[in-house]
Amino acid sequence: MVRLTREPIDYPALTESVRAPHCGAVALFLGTVRDLTGEHVTVFLDYEAYGPMAEKKLAEIEVQMRGRWPAAQLAMVHRLGRLAVGEISVAVAVSAPHRAEAFDACRYAVDTLKQLVPIWKKENAPDGTGQWVHQSVKPGSPS
Amino acid sequence: MVTTVHLFAGARELAGTESVAVELPAGATVAALRVELARRIPVLAGLLARSAIAINHDFAEDARILLPADELAVIPPVSGG
Repeated sequence: MVRLTREPIDYPALTESVRAPHCGAVALFLGTVRDLTGEHVTVFLDYEAYGPMAEKKLAEIEVQMRGRWPAAQLAMVHRLGRLAVGEISVAVAVSAPHRAEAFDACRYAVDTLKQLVPIWKKENAPDGTGQWVHQSVKPGSPS
Repeated sequence: MVTTVHLFAGARELAGTESVAVELPAGATVAALRVELARRIPVLAGLLARSAIAINHDFAEDARILLPADELAVIPPVSGG
């Protein structure tokens, strides 16, 4: 299951949703809003997505994962909108028969999301200024 | 053909609009779209050079030929996750 949401992410429920009798390992990744980026203080983030394409890319990641880790279960949710420091922007839960696949698959999902999915964050400072974060490489290009 | 290009995040902020209508000759490529966008909105040029172009929700190469019904978007470097 992969989706976007504007609601707080219920990661315990997300984790439970991937549990299965044949999966002895469960890995959960949470991305949370940090208070500092280098020297820049963040008061809140704004997350925006190109909705239809973001959903398409999330679905493609899911398909890739099914191919590489057929026995694994995946649930991935990214939140959009305004998030305060400490709030959860993304949750990825993966279960697999053994821990090697669970860790690898979870990492793959997070890393690939961060490269391919058209979602952007704006960092908002205490003085009221905000800056869209566009530091990564041209999206979709081979890494 | 006149085609609409959706702008997001920093691109939208620089351009001051969520979308821009662009006039291109039939058979124009993504590369030509880039040139025309930079010409129409010079402040966007720097970020545009670091951005991908999406056609119908997929990343598109510069050599791709645009069709009138294509949904186009400028995809600046992403920062989700």
